[in-house]
Amino acid sequence: MAESATPIVEIKGVSKVFQLQDQTIHALSGANLSINKGEFICLIGASGCGKSTLLRIMAGFDQPSSGEALMWGRPIAGPDPSRGMVFQDYALFPWLSVRANIGFGPAARGLGAAEVKQIVDKFIDLVGLAKFANAYPHQLSGGMKQRVAIARVLANDAELVLMDEPFGALDAMTRERLQDELLDIWERTKLTVVFVTHAVEEAILLANRVVVMTPGPGRIESDNALDLARPRDVASPEFNAIRRVLSAKLHSHHGKKAA
Amino acid sequence: MAIVETGSVAAAAPAAVPPRAATRTTWARFKPTVLALIVPLLLLAFWQVATTQQWTRLIPTPYAVGEYMIDFAVGGIYDDAYSATLTTHLLASMSRVYGGFALAAVFALPIGILIGRVPSARMLLDPFLQVMRPIPVTAWLPLSMILFGLGAKSAFALVCLGAFYPILLNTIFGVRSVDPKLFEAASMLGCRGNAQFYKVVLPAATPSIFTGLRLGLGLAWFVIVVGEMTGVPEGLGAVIMDGRTLSRTELVICGMIVIGLAGYLSDRVVVALGNYLLRWSPNHHG
Repeated sequence: MAESATPIVEIKGVSKVFQLQDQTIHALSGANLSINKGEFICLIGASGCGKSTLLRIMAGFDQPSSGEALMWGRPIAGPDPSRGMVFQDYALFPWLSVRANIGFGPAARGLGAAEVKQIVDKFIDLVGLAKFANAYPHQLSGGMKQRVAIARVLANDAELVLMDEPFGALDAMTRERLQDELLDIWERTKLTVVFVTHAVEEAILLANRVVVMTPGPGRIESDNALDLARPRDVASPEFNAIRRVLSAKLHSHHGKKAA
Repeated sequence: MAIVETGSVAAAAPAAVPPRAATRTTWARFKPTVLALIVPLLLLAFWQVATTQQWTRLIPTPYAVGEYMIDFAVGGIYDDAYSATLTTHLLASMSRVYGGFALAAVFALPIGILIGRVPSARMLLDPFLQVMRPIPVTAWLPLSMILFGLGAKSAFALVCLGAFYPILLNTIFGVRSVDPKLFEAASMLGCRGNAQFYKVVLPAATPSIFTGLRLGLGLAWFVIVVGEMTGVPEGLGAVIMDGRTLSRTELVICGMIVIGLAGYLSDRVVVALGNYLLRWSPNHHG
């Protein structure tokens, strides 16, 4: 892997504690993670392992209770167009057409109508939705909505794309297509992607680093660089060997708890 | 382990178009109208039987009311003080309904947005308005006449009051129940602070605000008779009150029918407008 001077994102000793009525929940405890530009990172783990919390801290939606989250060496103080989030339930603006949803960010940045149109045209083509440019979100399938959500983030020049189980609500065939398209976009644009999932197979298919997290309290169990040629074949022995190792790491902590 | 392909399934020949399809579509087209007319026609039939059988002597027959309605609209049958005055009264009432409604919207929309978005505004105004809300418009009639005098101003005030609360409550609900994810989405796309109000809160609240406006306009028609008890010379409510004093029940019924139809048509226009403006909203088709 190429050495780069400053990592795009650094997570240093980040903990997050929530107060829920009179219960204290340790969502994330002492997480350290360094992400280089151009990497495709998957955060994987069972629910309650803090993977979404970590993602939301990177997005700037939540602040760490202790420790610090940095982007290009500066603290992440709040949401910013340079870090785009793709939500599991899309979070598209239902009153805006596909075109206007994708153009929302560029328009909010104060670009002129002609410029916005040019950007929108480019990204609408990239995600293959030219025919649905004037449709409203409720008229689209789940896969199409998620394409709009991805295009919306890319149209805003995001350097870092944060994805919170983006394909979790889609059927298997749509999911496979979107995984391929996402990889294709990533390879062409050299974006940095942080992708949260609970599916081991999805993580191995997409990532060049898989960060395994375990719950109670949420923490990073291991950070695994994947040395596997692309395109990856889900049925190959190498793929399955990695799957066995990662599954073992994911479940290791259940054994400890039961003992 | 192997997979064996056991053969392909041939496409079934498409079934011939059933000859009944044509009649079925005709029926489908007229079904809503036919079904909608059944209850009114039954009521009319009951009314006819009840009056011809003389179960009551105080209510005129449908035919007499129909005849009077024609006279009320275009004159030429009875030629009394009310002949051919329908348009005058209808226009007078419409001006009060739409004027009072517009006035209510002017007050209720900003107050609703304030209560919905600013916690201290909610603490300041919400308890007071919740206590005022159950007081019926009828109860305000005497005070309204003292405050605004006999006549049109009082009528405006009462109609405005009737339309105020549904617009207010739905506006509060609309601006409060915006999906929090949409704020996150907007802020990560670079739209923050006050800009979110125009780009997220208002558009997200439009379906709810629209429902409030629709209910408010309906209530404006609903309270028009009370509104016109304030001593105005013209208006459908005034006609109904005159009919009552003069024991001219046919006049009362004519006024009722005109209010019903006018309110219905005005609602249809609003619904059509809403279906167009809110075509993005999957659950907003009235």
